[in-house]
Parts: sequence; C-alpha cells; structure tokens
Amino acid sequence: MSEREVQFKVFRYKQGQSTPRYETFTVKVDENTTVLVALQDIRRDQDPTLILRHSCHHASCGTCGMRINGQEQLACVVKVVELGTPEVVVEPLQNLPVLSDLVVDMSGFYERYTTPDMAYVRQSEFLAGAKAPEGIKAYERYENCLECGCCVSACPIAGSDDGYLGPAALAAAWRVVEEPRTGDPKYALAWADQPKGCWRCHVAFECSEVCPSQVYPGEAIMSLRKELTRRKFRRFFGRGG
Amino acid sequence: MQEVQTSSDRARPRQPLKAWFDVRGHRLGSWAFALNRLTGLGLTLYLFLHLGVLSLLLQGEAAWDDFVALARSPFFLTLDVILIFGFLFHGLNGIRVALVGMGLAVNAQRTLFWTLMVIGAVLLIISAILVFTV
Repeated sequence: MSEREVQFKVFRYKQGQSTPRYETFTVKVDENTTVLVALQDIRRDQDPTLILRHSCHHASCGTCGMRINGQEQLACVVKVVELGTPEVVVEPLQNLPVLSDLVVDMSGFYERYTTPDMAYVRQSEFLAGAKAPEGIKAYERYENCLECGCCVSACPIAGSDDGYLGPAALAAAWRVVEEPRTGDPKYALAWADQPKGCWRCHVAFECSEVCPSQVYPGEAIMSLRKELTRRKFRRFFGRGG
Repeated sequence: MQEVQTSSDRARPRQPLKAWFDVRGHRLGSWAFALNRLTGLGLTLYLFLHLGVLSLLLQGEAAWDDFVALARSPFFLTLDVILIFGFLFHGLNGIRVALVGMGLAVNAQRTLFWTLMVIGAVLLIISAILVFTV
C-alpha cells in the first residue's frame, strides 16, 4: 500500500476559550485510511487533547458525524484519498453547540425524540422475510436513522431557528404516522403541526442529501404536510379527520 | 405540547444569514433556497423603488421624461433584465416549493425544478431580446 502525507485542518475549541481556531496536522495515509482513523492517529501520535466521538467504525452507530471539507458525513466511512484534496478540513456538526473540538452537545437533538406517545420500533423486531403491512410500500423507515445529526447540521432552517423541531425528529414523527403500531398517530401529527414543526421547513432537501442512512427526512416532512393538509381539508368539509 | 429545548453555542454563535446564504459545500436545494431569499429581498426592494419612481409623476412631466430617458440607457435596461430574472426565478421556484410543500411531486422535485428553470431561461432570453430591441 502506498502512503502519502495529507494535511488535516482541524477545528479546535475548548470550554472557556473565547473563539475557536483551526490547527493543521500532517498525517500519513494509505488508500484505506478513513478520516476517523486519521483523526485517531492525530490523537494518539500528535495531540492527545483532540476530542472526537466515535464507536462502531462501520456507519452503524452514527456517533462520528462531522463536517468533512464542508459536507456532513460519517468520518468512519470516508476514505481520505477518495476526497482528492491535499488538505482535509474537519469541523464539528453545525447547529448543535460545540462541547469540545469535534464533539457537539446532542442533548437538544435527543430531547426532541422524547415526546410521549411516539414509540419507535426497531427493524430487528421484525422476522426475516416479513412482508410490509397493507398500505406500506416498503420498509424504508425511521429506525434506519442513526441519530448522527448530519441532517440538522445541513439544514438552513435549523441554522437560523433554534426552535425548529428539525428534520430527524420530524422524520421520526412521520414514521409513527406511517406505521402507528401501538400508538395513536394523532399525537405525532399534532406535534408536527406547529409553527416550528413541519411547516417551518423551506424545502431545501439538504437533510435528505446528507443522510447516510436513506431516511430521507425531507420527503418525510413533505408527507407530514400532505397528511395534515388532507386531514384539515376533510375537517373543513365536515368529514372528520 | 412540550416545549422544545433551545441552546446557545459559545464557540459558534448562531448566524442566520450565514445559514441562509453560505452555500459552500451544499447542493442544489440550498442554492435554490438561498437564491429564492435573495430574489425575494430584491423584489421587495424593487417594489419600494418602483413606488418612489412613480412618485416622480407628482413633480410634473419634465421630471418624468428625464427619468424615462435615463431608464432607456443600456445600464438601466440591464437592470430590467436582472429584475425579470428575479421575478422568473422567484415565481417559478415558488411554484415548486408550493407544490412540494403540499406533498405533491415530492419525489420528482428535482426534475420539477429543472423543468421550471428551463422554462424560466427561455422566458428570460425572450424578455431580454424584447427589452433591448423594442
């Protein structure tokens, strides 16, 4: 395997500092080196104070979501060589508060999922080969969501409105409506039907573009709107809903 | 309905304008989003300018004729074409946003965008020819 040197320009910030800065590290990489491995090499060999978050190394846990050359990606599956740039800029996710270096505070992100009556069912709970229930085209579902936060980082509305529920949480709400299972979808719909909910989206679809797990939050938000519009029309014409 | 937690970022204070207009590293949707806002702001500004220009009529025929002579200069005609671009982009992209926002043609929204942009480009070219020749 041929090795080459690549510059990593890494976002640095510690609590109490007035402003963040960027620090450049040189790392030897080969064709299999991922951005996450390169960052771990930096931490091991050059600066043990570099803080990053990771777990599974195979795009399953979603903990290593960050901005790589300006795009939200999972660092564990992005190969440095394939980026094709002599310098790789690594930054924490946007629209979530920085705790330290590349780690952001996900509590606001998770808090949006703790809404009552929105029970999520893992895909693993289904038997292999189980057919999709009537009315469901296919299992393209919320539980695919890795909760990485990439969609929130890429969303221009999340960047301008702190109160916006955000694409991941709204995709979760649609998941409950699409296949209610044990709960009543009315609550999820009512939760999404607020000014900072699905109506706040401005159709940029960046969330769907960056989602590493085919959740397609933008499409889910539009499905919520369609369902809400349908129900409002039915109610308006006295047909319930 | 429970309140959603908000939080501040000491390292990176929220910059709404940057979130809207910094499209570096972003894709088609963000470009359309940013341009829609930019043209929206431009059209609003134009509305007030237009009302200001119309008020020249209150100053008599001479003042109006002077403005018309100025408005026929190549610079102002170019501004007219830019204005038409703003109208077309904002209006046509607005159709896409309205349709998709109601859950219609969601999976075809990219095709819808380019189709409307092609229509807009044709209309813009025709408009530019008319502006500079008629």
